[in-house]
Amino acid sequence: MNEDPTPSSARAAPRRFETTAPPHAKPVSSVPRIMRRVLYALAPAAAGYTWFFGYGLIINFVIAAVAAVAAEAAILLLRRRPVKRALLDGSAVVTAALLAFALPPLLPWWIPALGGFVAIALAKQLYGGLGKNLFNPAMVAYVLLLASFPILMTQWLPPRMGDIDYQRLGFVDQLRYSLFVELPPERTVDAYTRATPLDMVKEGLRAQRPFQELRGSSMIGTFGGRGWEWVGNFIALGGLYLLYAGIIRWHIPVAVLAGLLGPALVLHLIDPASYPGPAFHLFSGAALLGAFFIATDPVSAATSDRGRLYYGAGIGLLTYAIRTWGGYPDGLAFAVLLMNAAVPLIDRYTRPRIYGHAER
Amino acid sequence: MLELTPDRRLTGGIRLLANKAQSTAEPILRGLVPPELVIGLHQHRGTSATPIVEVGQRVAKGEPIAVPGPGASTGVHASSSGRVRAIEERLIPTGARLQNAVCVVIETDGEDLPYREATASTWPSDRAAQLELVRRAGIAGLGGAAFPTAAKLEGVAGRCKALIVNGAECEPYISCDDALMREAPEDIVLGVLRMAELVDAPLAIIVIERDKPRAIQAIGDAARALGDPRLRIAEVPTIYPAGGERQLVELLTGEEVPSGEYPISIGYVCQNVGTAYALQRLASSGEPLTSRIVTVTGLGVERPRNVEVPIGTPIGWLIEQCGGYRGDVARLIHGGSMMGYALPSDDLPVTKATSCVLAAAADEIRVDFEEWACIRCGECASVCPARLQPQELVVAAVARDFEDLDTLGLDDCIECGCCDVVCPSHIVLTERFRAAKRAFAQHARRLALSSEAEARHKRRVRRLEATAEDSRAAQEALKANVRADDEAERRRAIQAAVERARQRKRGNIEP
Amino acid sequence: MLTAVTFLTGLSLALATALIAAARLLPGRDDDAVERVERLLPRIQCAQCGYPGCRPYAEALVAGRADVNRCPPGGDATIRALAELLGRDPRPLDPDLGHASMDRVARVDEALCIGCNLCARACPVDAIVGIPHMMHTVIARHCTGCELCLPACPVDCIELVGRHA
Repeated sequence: MNEDPTPSSARAAPRRFETTAPPHAKPVSSVPRIMRRVLYALAPAAAGYTWFFGYGLIINFVIAAVAAVAAEAAILLLRRRPVKRALLDGSAVVTAALLAFALPPLLPWWIPALGGFVAIALAKQLYGGLGKNLFNPAMVAYVLLLASFPILMTQWLPPRMGDIDYQRLGFVDQLRYSLFVELPPERTVDAYTRATPLDMVKEGLRAQRPFQELRGSSMIGTFGGRGWEWVGNFIALGGLYLLYAGIIRWHIPVAVLAGLLGPALVLHLIDPASYPGPAFHLFSGAALLGAFFIATDPVSAATSDRGRLYYGAGIGLLTYAIRTWGGYPDGLAFAVLLMNAAVPLIDRYTRPRIYGHAER
Repeated sequence: MLELTPDRRLTGGIRLLANKAQSTAEPILRGLVPPELVIGLHQHRGTSATPIVEVGQRVAKGEPIAVPGPGASTGVHASSSGRVRAIEERLIPTGARLQNAVCVVIETDGEDLPYREATASTWPSDRAAQLELVRRAGIAGLGGAAFPTAAKLEGVAGRCKALIVNGAECEPYISCDDALMREAPEDIVLGVLRMAELVDAPLAIIVIERDKPRAIQAIGDAARALGDPRLRIAEVPTIYPAGGERQLVELLTGEEVPSGEYPISIGYVCQNVGTAYALQRLASSGEPLTSRIVTVTGLGVERPRNVEVPIGTPIGWLIEQCGGYRGDVARLIHGGSMMGYALPSDDLPVTKATSCVLAAAADEIRVDFEEWACIRCGECASVCPARLQPQELVVAAVARDFEDLDTLGLDDCIECGCCDVVCPSHIVLTERFRAAKRAFAQHARRLALSSEAEARHKRRVRRLEATAEDSRAAQEALKANVRADDEAERRRAIQAAVERARQRKRGNIEP
Repeated sequence: MLTAVTFLTGLSLALATALIAAARLLPGRDDDAVERVERLLPRIQCAQCGYPGCRPYAEALVAGRADVNRCPPGGDATIRALAELLGRDPRPLDPDLGHASMDRVARVDEALCIGCNLCARACPVDAIVGIPHMMHTVIARHCTGCELCLPACPVDCIELVGRHA
């Protein structure tokens, strides 16, 4: 068809634009934002912990974080991947923070350093980096350290509760121990370290002493260990903040706690002398930290909501089993790793029915 | 009872900033006559219309310039009066993407003279004749996909449990349906009733999202004034994508449209309020489809508002009528911010599928496309309205694992984009799924081809075997016949030959 | 010590028995390996791989006698799919095997066709129609581009053209 030669009316020149594929809306979240929020949520707990147990947590965290970030950078360079973007996403620092909470405060520097390295290099980068790890990196590092250095890894400090018994280690003292493994003169490690409340209760129960008697010990406060339960409060506070900010969903924390406290309640009702009650379990050890911060690591946890309930319940039950009948005073780390292994199976069988498809 | 309250909840979906208030502050701008119209003859699904005008011909507003093609098609009409300058292939924005289509280019004369015959026709009483009129009048679905309405409504009578008229308009920025419902509620409701007649629906539900109280009021008043017992009004929550066809059906009725099928397969017909309005204009005054309401909006437009736009209006000119561009425009989007697609230039015409023109500034949209690895947070799965698992799908999509993609339901993805928005790793999930769908379709075609080839090969092998079998059988029969037939005869023949030989030996020479 | 050894041995035996029983008695989820491999092939029986059909090639692949890069009509996609399923490395199509492709179809040049019917007999999917001494033609829809008819034609009147041309 021939075009008529009459020109069209004058118009502004057409504008050109860049094109991208829909959707065009901005994403509402980001990985660094999530990591940052987790660190904010841990801040109150860190403050409480430092008040009760000294600066060990902070020192360990710094060392672990440096080791973790260095390990990440080194491996990414070896893998010829972009380094800066990975380091800035904050995931290595969060792993180091969780590891620091799991470690005893009084440690030589190379333990948190080794822990940070193992968590990132072995448990994360070796599997393919962010998003690809099967196991929770902080727990892998903790378990490796615990199995390799059992004495050092059970070297816990008592809380500052105004007791005469308390031997305080200031910041400089802690730092000196960390860097040089030296303590103030004429003191040994035994002068400073104590068993944890979980330790004490477990030993006591094994020696056939009734729980009610153990409960009266000066180490036990209102619910759980003195000092420890305060830290537990702060952790719970942080956890609730994460729920409110939409960083985590309720399924995992509720399931973990239900899995832990359900059997605790039942067995405690049946035989109160041999089985501590749910309140004790809730405020001891890593129960709250695990429920809100460790088990909720999205990469190693189940993905669907229903799957998360099974995953969390499994962790809670296993933790209770190990605490009550196993060899270790606290079983959360092992419970998490065992359930991590079950995640692909859980994910496979908890897929919801797709819209428009019949029931299989 | 006019109100219909959905007692079902929408699975997934997200609450987005509506960004609609800026374009609904003023009434619809009308009376536009652009200097040029580029009217595509294939601006909808189905087959192209066939032009019936020539270059140089004068046309009036509403004059048919193309008749429907075979199958699902509609006619095309001049959106204003003027002269046909060219009939040529041009790039135009259709429902899903830019497409090349034959276009009638009209240089308008500014008079906007109406076509005489338009006002003369009356709405017939026979359903088939009504549908034919709808077909010729160029009416296509005005919700954005522009499917020829007559084709959609044909053959539905007797199967329709309810007519669902979609005024939900859940996508951000788009407000054309809201504006139309506020300004022409009576026409819309009348159109809905005509549609209900056409499809023989016992129930006609007009769906409006809760964030449009004025539209709900206006439509409610109009419906109550008419008092037709078939009418219902349903308010749905302001969640994107509640207005999606499949989601609406589930929300209102609790039933799910089976995978791979359309709502009509379970007895529901979905139409847009704008289409109902167009139908009413056709039935009451014989007007064919020559214009539609378009929302022109975004921070990149000086005066965002809704406009009644003649089909074929250049988008650049349209924006000028709304005050022109404001500042830097990062994207010019045909449609809303979630499912609209970006245009490479404003030198493109408005089509029947253009519900919104969004001139977006950089802070309104996503400009950074760097991704992190998937951290398996599962947010995407929790917002998917089709109940899919985007985190699993994306792994299968990138790996082109077609078996997995089939099991995971790639075909059921409605490409709403909810997953992209919530992903903390900023993965462009929806685009990966689109690419995978294309590869999957290609794979499915090859699979069909090879399955067919295998079937044909098997048939051939059977045919050859049967032929061989037949010929073997025939040979056997022949041998058997010969055998049974005449042992005796053969003996006689041999005897005769022997005799002859003897005779020859005795000297009787035989020739 | 003795308890531990006894317990673990007993446990191992019990688990082994359970696994063997499950393998034997529970219904199998999938068809056997050869089926799965065959499904990845174009199944047009062109024999370009050197085996008399797709199933023999599938059997050879599973037995480890054949490499994954021997199917020209399947192309790169099939090679990769086979490599993925069998756990081998994908590699480019064996260069000795030519370049048949499912995206191309045969076409008989009707000016040259002598009606000898040899091409129709060669076609593994009966995509060529024609009776002896009459014009032959390829039904493009059914042609898989296997190229078996090309060498069969004595007057060289068959060529390959694009499927969507």
